[in-house]
Amino acid sequence: MEYVTPKSASEASQALSQEGAFALAGGTDLLVKLKTRFVSPSVVVDIKHIPNIMTIKQSAEGWWIGAATPCAEIVEHDSLSKNWPGVVEALSLIGSTQIQGRATLGGNLCNASPAADSIPALIAAGATCVISGQTKEREEPVEKIVTAPGMTTLGKGEFIIGFKLPIPKNRSGDAYLRLIPRSEMDIAVVGAGVSLSLSEDGKIEAIRVALGAIAPTQVLLSGLEDIFIGKEPNDDAIQKLVSLAEKACKPINDKRGTIEYRTKIAGVLAKRAFGIALKRANNY
Amino acid sequence: MNDMTQSNLERALKIVGTRPARPDGVDKVTGRALFGSDKSLPNMLVGRVLRSPYAHAKIISIDTSKAEALNGVKAVITCADFEDFPSEFVPNGEMVVNLKDITRNIMAREKALYVGHTVAAVAATSDEIAEKALGLIDIKYEVLPHVLEVEDAERPDAPLLHEDMITIGVEPAPKKASNVAKRVEFGFGDVEKGFAEADLIVEREFTTQQVHQGYIEPHACLASVSEDGQADLWCTTQGAFVVRNFCSKLLGLSAAQIRVTASEIGGGFGGKTVVYLEPLALALSRKSCRPVKMDMSRAEVFTSSGPTSGAKIWVKIGVKNDGRITAGDCVLKYQAGAFQGAPVGPGAMCAFAPYDLENVRAVGYDIVVNRPKVAAYRAPGGPISEYGVESVLDEIAIKLKIDPIEIRLKNAAKEGTIAPYGPKLGPIGMIETLEAAKAHPHYSAPLGPNQGRGVASGFWFNIGGETSSSITINEDGTVGLTLGTTDIGGSRASMAMMASEELGVPMDLIKPVIGDTNSLGFNFLTGGSRATFSTGMTVVRSTREAIEELRKRAALLWEVDLDQVEWVDGHARLIAGDEPKTMSLAQIAKQAGKTGGPIMANCSMNVTGAGPSLGTHIVDVEVDTETGKVSIVRYTAIQDAGKAIHPAYVEGQMQGGAVQGIGWALNEEYIYNDKGQLENAGFLDYRIPVCSDVPMIDTVIVEVPNPNHPYGVRGVGETPIIPPLAAISNAVSRATNIRFNELPLSPPKVLARLMHG
Repeated sequence: MEYVTPKSASEASQALSQEGAFALAGGTDLLVKLKTRFVSPSVVVDIKHIPNIMTIKQSAEGWWIGAATPCAEIVEHDSLSKNWPGVVEALSLIGSTQIQGRATLGGNLCNASPAADSIPALIAAGATCVISGQTKEREEPVEKIVTAPGMTTLGKGEFIIGFKLPIPKNRSGDAYLRLIPRSEMDIAVVGAGVSLSLSEDGKIEAIRVALGAIAPTQVLLSGLEDIFIGKEPNDDAIQKLVSLAEKACKPINDKRGTIEYRTKIAGVLAKRAFGIALKRANNY
Repeated sequence: MNDMTQSNLERALKIVGTRPARPDGVDKVTGRALFGSDKSLPNMLVGRVLRSPYAHAKIISIDTSKAEALNGVKAVITCADFEDFPSEFVPNGEMVVNLKDITRNIMAREKALYVGHTVAAVAATSDEIAEKALGLIDIKYEVLPHVLEVEDAERPDAPLLHEDMITIGVEPAPKKASNVAKRVEFGFGDVEKGFAEADLIVEREFTTQQVHQGYIEPHACLASVSEDGQADLWCTTQGAFVVRNFCSKLLGLSAAQIRVTASEIGGGFGGKTVVYLEPLALALSRKSCRPVKMDMSRAEVFTSSGPTSGAKIWVKIGVKNDGRITAGDCVLKYQAGAFQGAPVGPGAMCAFAPYDLENVRAVGYDIVVNRPKVAAYRAPGGPISEYGVESVLDEIAIKLKIDPIEIRLKNAAKEGTIAPYGPKLGPIGMIETLEAAKAHPHYSAPLGPNQGRGVASGFWFNIGGETSSSITINEDGTVGLTLGTTDIGGSRASMAMMASEELGVPMDLIKPVIGDTNSLGFNFLTGGSRATFSTGMTVVRSTREAIEELRKRAALLWEVDLDQVEWVDGHARLIAGDEPKTMSLAQIAKQAGKTGGPIMANCSMNVTGAGPSLGTHIVDVEVDTETGKVSIVRYTAIQDAGKAIHPAYVEGQMQGGAVQGIGWALNEEYIYNDKGQLENAGFLDYRIPVCSDVPMIDTVIVEVPNPNHPYGVRGVGETPIIPPLAAISNAVSRATNIRFNELPLSPPKVLARLMHG
């Protein structure tokens, strides 16, 4: 097994296009897979030495979060946390304190687990990711990346270099909730991310809701516009959100939860995350 | 002469009952302490195990030739490397073992009986080569139908794990083999008459799942056997002597040929009372003539060590309207795993033991299934049976509108009560713990919405057993203690404290160490909550003998009769005479060479007179009615310790037991798929509680002294895992007004009941 530390995106793409190449960011998934012999890479490409891949920046266009920035650094970033509390709380739930020092958003997305905590929050927030490749760079919405458990739309030699989030308008808020049987260090049985903004008179102008662990990929709910846009949120609308969330579920029965349980919880968490996002929007 | 059995119950104590730092503390917090896999030797090989992928399969053939031919492989072993034994049951603590089964459990013979069952092992110069060699071992299996649950295993058409197993304890003996290894029954009186007298009868069925002790340190050992058959074994275990005896039998070596040294232990809870890797490492080392180190992965610990039983139980209790119990009856069906030996005997014995009853019966069945063979787990069998009884009692209390503590007080066992398993109880603290629970501010604190408060009590026997220890007075006046029971919960500290109290010298002058199997007579393992009680007994006696010798030496130096010398505060003191004369321990020790040589004493005994320990726990839970998630809001554990030598470690045992019980009650369970494979062989999906899952566990130590121990010690380690299961289930039932009778109370299971009743 070879280990390389490319200093540029193009060098990294080159290395990653080799047969049996794996990208290494924080390594919190890759090292476990290596040790359990789930994968045996011919070359491990450490992407952390590429410029901007471990930085958090704010500009007029919005936020840049380098794909290999450790979660612990993102969690400690005050103004990003104020802008996108739901995204930050989602990524703060990954692993333990020790894992937080290494785990990254790029890794969480590319690991492509249906239960990944950061992905529903990023999708709800309307985040995009910048993908570096051998010949060009492209930008895609986060919901376009994962296609199935462990599978992504990334092509040969491609890797994620960073994420972009807009600067939220006034009266916006987002939230992420997950259900785990324990209180921490666990994997989501269901996750729900909600992002919304309100008009001056308290009506909903925009809303995105994404669910995790209820289907082979994260699901961005459709059909929310008719229920919410231009209206003040009420119990009837929230009940419709619960039904939409339940209908979007295509879960499996497994050791972490039953179909019935996951479906029910998807509705409960969507409702609760909506409540938190709404409260945050009213106070933002 | 000093009385070796004299009680200290009335004496003012200076050291016992205080909270000094533990002698092994610095090594543990600095990482110096050596655990099971921390030792290495020159030329050491790595041992790895090949395990059955099938839950039940006949082994047709094993071909190891390709593995043996691989460069770097130094030994390959199978069942052919171990001799067979006839069936013979031997007591092992609170459990019973059979060498015929042990040799088959450490290495499958005719059949593989669970996924993870060892079928071969290799020793090689590297981990990679060992792994590769395992892949080269060719085993032909004939896969057989398997059975995982007791209700399936006891059916007449169930696949048989052991074709010759005839149920013991049934008269006349059945003619046909079955998976039911044993039937036990305890009790007295006439339960039918008792039920006829009852104003209210409640009977319920309960289910509990198989759970693992969850010790953080996996099994590990290092064996070195020389060409002349002398063996050295380093391993993590609750009992070095027990390991030595198992291994000497399994390998055909004498006890003198094997020296076992116990490493520091990273948790055992009963799971490290039997052998798995140790005989394999010895056999591999004997074959290769090189040291062999072995350790288990976490997944192997789950699939291939000894968790405790899952069970189906039925409980029926009849009461008068005033809450007085007229009869108690129960049937317990425990999973044994692949070989007989479920802890259903102790489970049946203690089921109703907290209570003073006229009519009581407990019937138990030990049933083999295609799961790993169970080992002891903290109060083996007790949490399961008492969970059923304590749940039914709570339901009765609600129906009769009686406070749950009051109904227990009304029926509480006390000194003179005949226990359901036979003996008349000495002084015990059931009433005292209930009174302490009632008086605790927790019990009267207000509850919030969706919260419920549960109460349950627990009884555990505790044991004594064969024990040996020694004390040496060093020439500089310091003191060495050599102990033979693994220190699991701070026993080195409590032994040094008792010696310090007796001798009248500061504890930091006393160095307690755990000896290897050549340094002392046989010591039974640390289990049955026996270490502080039994080893403490030998330490007190040997210390008193050393004091006797110190007085003799002083008398010699002063040229007076022995009865003219008394021992006070670490000094010999001349009783009569013109002026007060004293000589310190250090002064006597310094002159030991000219008064007869080094001063030491030892004590070996088979300790009897263990005192049962009773506990009562109070827990507040909050149920999220939309998700079914149960949170522990407040927890108080109250227990009779007899006498707390080191109260902080007693509290630690109470807290640790409560936390393990919380895990058992809320989330822990072995989850098998239809192929009999364990789906959650790791801490991610086998959910023991993490710190943030539990509140600070408040503790109250009650002290009703055990008259059979010089300081009044009872065992404390096991009782605290008994009450949590029922206390939590009762709290959830009270919070939701739905009676729960299945563990674990995991979110999907609780929500299903909330949705469907």
